[in-house]
Amino acid sequence: MIVADRKPLEEILDSIKDYKKIMLMGCGGCVTICFSGGVKAVELLASQIKIARKKQGKPIEIIECTPERQCEFEFIDAFKKDLESAEAVLSIACGVGVQTMSERHEDTITIPGQNTKFMGYPVEHALWEERCAGCGNCVLEWTGGICPIARCAKKLLNGPCGGSSNGVCEVDKDTDCVWQLIYDRLKKLNKLENLMVVRQPKDWRTSTDAGQRRVKFEEAML
Amino acid sequence: MKTLVGSNLERVLAEGHFAVTAEVGPPRGPEAEVVKKKAGILRGVADAYNVTDNQTAVVRMSSIAASKILLQEGLEPVMQIVCRDRNRIAIQSDLLGAWALGMRNVLCLSGDHQSAGAGGKLNGHPGAKNVYDIDSIQLISVVKGLRDEAVQDGGDSISSAAPFFIGAAWTPLGPPEKFRTIRLAKKINAGADFIQTQAVYDIKRFSEAVRRAEDMGLAEKTAILAGIIIPRSAGMLRYMNNNVPGIEVPDELIGRMKDAADPHEEGIKITLELIDAARNLSGIKGVHLQAIEAEGLLPDVIKAAGLLPRPHVY
Repeated sequence: MIVADRKPLEEILDSIKDYKKIMLMGCGGCVTICFSGGVKAVELLASQIKIARKKQGKPIEIIECTPERQCEFEFIDAFKKDLESAEAVLSIACGVGVQTMSERHEDTITIPGQNTKFMGYPVEHALWEERCAGCGNCVLEWTGGICPIARCAKKLLNGPCGGSSNGVCEVDKDTDCVWQLIYDRLKKLNKLENLMVVRQPKDWRTSTDAGQRRVKFEEAML
Repeated sequence: MKTLVGSNLERVLAEGHFAVTAEVGPPRGPEAEVVKKKAGILRGVADAYNVTDNQTAVVRMSSIAASKILLQEGLEPVMQIVCRDRNRIAIQSDLLGAWALGMRNVLCLSGDHQSAGAGGKLNGHPGAKNVYDIDSIQLISVVKGLRDEAVQDGGDSISSAAPFFIGAAWTPLGPPEKFRTIRLAKKINAGADFIQTQAVYDIKRFSEAVRRAEDMGLAEKTAILAGIIIPRSAGMLRYMNNNVPGIEVPDELIGRMKDAADPHEEGIKITLELIDAARNLSGIKGVHLQAIEAEGLLPDVIKAAGLLPRPHVY
């Protein structure tokens, strides 16, 4: 899932300071699961904004809504009518949701209320960690299902650097050295030979280095 | 033994001498004089001199420029290259330029992460975007391609080969320790002609690691130089033991430095013992000495170790 973290309230208030009526749009997808952008998060943020603006003596009107997913036209179109009276949209979906709204509603500005962080999962209640960098050429097959692109600060492909210490990364004492994890897992799977191969330089074109990427599913094309 | 490149370091090793390399850190400023002064102190005491590439992610004079100054001063550089700051295009371009300027030895490293900032002593540039387009092992292959096939990583040929004597690092006691021997093997398979190790203090565990490398036939395929950092205080040893991954300092050594009436003398004594122990390991072909920001100590230490004069002084 995509994990996002709400921007500080001060920053949000500043970004909507010129408006008297906005639509606050959440998303029923990933950000609902990570607590930062679902129905409840919309309710909470709307009251925080209203209280703050009231204190400033500049009350604001907020239309609250949470489409099933903000990243598809068919779901956001259901709120087209409500949008007519709003001066701007404050979106607490991920960056994809913000851009879906921007593209669909060219004359209305959509302001992000979240910082979109990464693709990952909850490793424990209310704690998410990054697991996939979307590099476009998956290596998990030979790394024991543990990703060095998403989890190594140097994106190394041939084993740990000299900065791995007692299973911990030199960059952050709270982060496991992913190459230690890969080594331990491959040992358990009896596949250490995977690490003997010299892995060649990665072709980063499939990642973010060749501009916007596109996926076409031929079988489903109309 | 046939030499490929004709560098002094390569020749010393090919002739079977116990090699000595020393580290020269470029200044945090533009003064050629600083490099020249270090060159003056160190001339003739080692076979080649490592020039670090923005170590601990702190901006310093470039390793190419400082290497060139050493060359002009009559010292042979081992130019270090890290993968942190440049992609494969810039690295290869720099390698061609370095060769044109006379550099013949390179040491291929991943490089300290940009969060390092000299271990917190300086601001550094923790917000910098890192590159790591290729890793240290892939870099070795790239240098080998430029040397042996006159070909770039992308497959295009270059007008003539750029023969370098290729070095790599080995952290024998870094975890996962068993995998470190595999990683050494990968570096040698990729094309590493010589290896400089992370600083060694625990000679017993180091000997075991070297033995593992010998058992895999690695010590004969490459020349392993044991890294030694001259200890100057118990605090310094404790700091390295706790903060520098892969450096393991036995309590006994820290105790010796702590109890010493003259820690300076004791540090040199320990260094000489380490050099001696390294010389007695069949898998070790030399030492790589570092006296961080105290290069002045090196000539006396190398002399006291009986490693002077060097076989070829040019």
